[in-house]
Amino acid sequence: MRKITYEQAASEALIEEFRRDPKTVHLATDIPPDLRAEFGESRIRQTPIAEASFVGAAIGLAGSGFRPVVNVRMATFGFVAMDQFVNQAAKITYMFGGQARFPIVYRMTVGASKSFAAQHSISPYSMYMNAPGLKIILPATPYDIKGLLKTAIRDDNPVICFEHMALGMMEGEVPEEEYLIPFGQAAIRRKGTDVTVVALAKMMYEALAAAEDLAREGIYVEVIDPRTLIPMDKETIKASVVKTGRLVVADEACITASAAAEFTAMVVEDEKVFKRLKSAPQRACGRDVPIPYSPPMEQYALPNRETIKTAIRQTMR
Amino acid sequence: MLTIRRFEERVVVDYQSGAIPGIVHSYIGQEAVATGVCTNLRRDDRIISNHRGHGHCIAKGADINKMMAEIYGRKTGYCKGKGGSMHIADFSIGMLGANGIVAAGLPIAAGAALAAKLEGGDKVVVVFFGDGATNEGEFHEVLNLAKIWQLPLIFACENNGYGVNTPVKVATGMEHVSERATGGYGIPSAVIDGNDVVDTYEAAQKAIAGVRTSQGPFFLEFLTYRWRGHYEQPGLPDLRPAAEIEMWKQKDPIPAFERRLVKKGIATQKTYNDINAQVMGQIQQAVDFALASPLPAPEDALEDVFSSPVK
Repeated sequence: MRKITYEQAASEALIEEFRRDPKTVHLATDIPPDLRAEFGESRIRQTPIAEASFVGAAIGLAGSGFRPVVNVRMATFGFVAMDQFVNQAAKITYMFGGQARFPIVYRMTVGASKSFAAQHSISPYSMYMNAPGLKIILPATPYDIKGLLKTAIRDDNPVICFEHMALGMMEGEVPEEEYLIPFGQAAIRRKGTDVTVVALAKMMYEALAAAEDLAREGIYVEVIDPRTLIPMDKETIKASVVKTGRLVVADEACITASAAAEFTAMVVEDEKVFKRLKSAPQRACGRDVPIPYSPPMEQYALPNRETIKTAIRQTMR
Repeated sequence: MLTIRRFEERVVVDYQSGAIPGIVHSYIGQEAVATGVCTNLRRDDRIISNHRGHGHCIAKGADINKMMAEIYGRKTGYCKGKGGSMHIADFSIGMLGANGIVAAGLPIAAGAALAAKLEGGDKVVVVFFGDGATNEGEFHEVLNLAKIWQLPLIFACENNGYGVNTPVKVATGMEHVSERATGGYGIPSAVIDGNDVVDTYEAAQKAIAGVRTSQGPFFLEFLTYRWRGHYEQPGLPDLRPAAEIEMWKQKDPIPAFERRLVKKGIATQKTYNDINAQVMGQIQQAVDFALASPLPAPEDALEDVFSSPVK
């Protein structure tokens, strides 16, 4: 199968969906050249750097029958438009009693590891998970971003697509023929019998590396990539924990009030799953600090294959 | 205009009696603005409103039964009781929703105006907001966006002199907020007596006609006054000077229009009395409808978070 990058796969998703539906509109401060060339400047619009206005304009477009895709670029910039995300986009379907649909896709990059420092590095998905009304996807592979973005554009709700900044140039197999990936279906990236590791975004790759190392020691790790956070595939994760009896959640976001906390709570709250636990669940997450600039400190703030291995070993004691 | 007044008077009374929960922001005193503007709109034109939005809804043609039921928190309300006074919407008549956050409707209106432009017809969008919104960043972002994209957007600023309890003079560095639109962003504007319904009608007619023929956005600043406090709260002192409130009550848009019609021989006192009686009947019907409607079931709270159910 052909290999393309994560960014190329995302671009293909947009092009295919923009061809399919003339009501799609793209808003971003940067123009995607291939989209602009094919669909013109009225649909592929360049915005001023004024996040609140274009994040909000997408809501007005959607409420008037269009399907906007907004590239906010870095998730740290999204905070400038937080009222439009939380008070408007998330609540508008509900507070108007479901009388209108708001199909919107907001794309934002997340993550750290490039010495971009505190205001250009963050993984804030749990903040948005706490605002009911938003669907949240977190594709970790080129295959997934294409299939999930296509589904997101066809969805009738506001969807936030968080894309880890380290994945853009990563290559992966993507079929030529069309496919969609439904929301709420986790992917089991590696089968194992001893420990379930739920690994988000870039941490999925670190977890796979950790699993490879531990297999040599006779510890067999099952790695699950949830792929979407809202909706969350609870069943696949619970079934895995019932099998392994152990849980580790690996994510780059700060550990406090994180998506990792939600995955852990979801597992231990279920009486049937709880009874099968052989040890206390562990989290390999980012430390509770703004992301520092200098590489040794930045690396220390983030989880990696070694901290994931430590967490796994903790569950095996 | 009269329907708005009588509707708002009844909402205040029913709020004070405890029949209506939550918070309501009365539009009494500003009726000539919504009426003058919305009378110039077609059904397929769109409006976005703010927290003081009942008047805009009625003027755009909303069903007062469904409005009253919503304010009463009933299942038959416009939003099934999920929105209440500050979040009434009727997408079928182009009323894209009231908004409880100051200035937050402006970006949404810009999007609706972009939609109108992309559709290629001559639809326009009107966004209603107060003087208080003009100090928010989103206001400035949207003036800029409307100008650079030449959006068919009418900014309808209801300058009622106060943002909550802060006088315009304290919060704003110039006499007219419309100077910001014209001087800062190159958007043509007009300052209008917001208590004269003929003036508001004629100014809006001219502005809307221009915007319809793709001449880009227009800014209307209506000078008006709300008779009541920022919102209804028993025991809350009104910090505004009593003489000022009284002065504006003398400029009540409704009797002024009535006198004008009688003077011109278009209507008589009897015509006014008949219309008033008819309106009072409609308001009573709306209250009866609300009271006869069921409250939502508690678990209805779980519906409509998404437009399609999530597994």
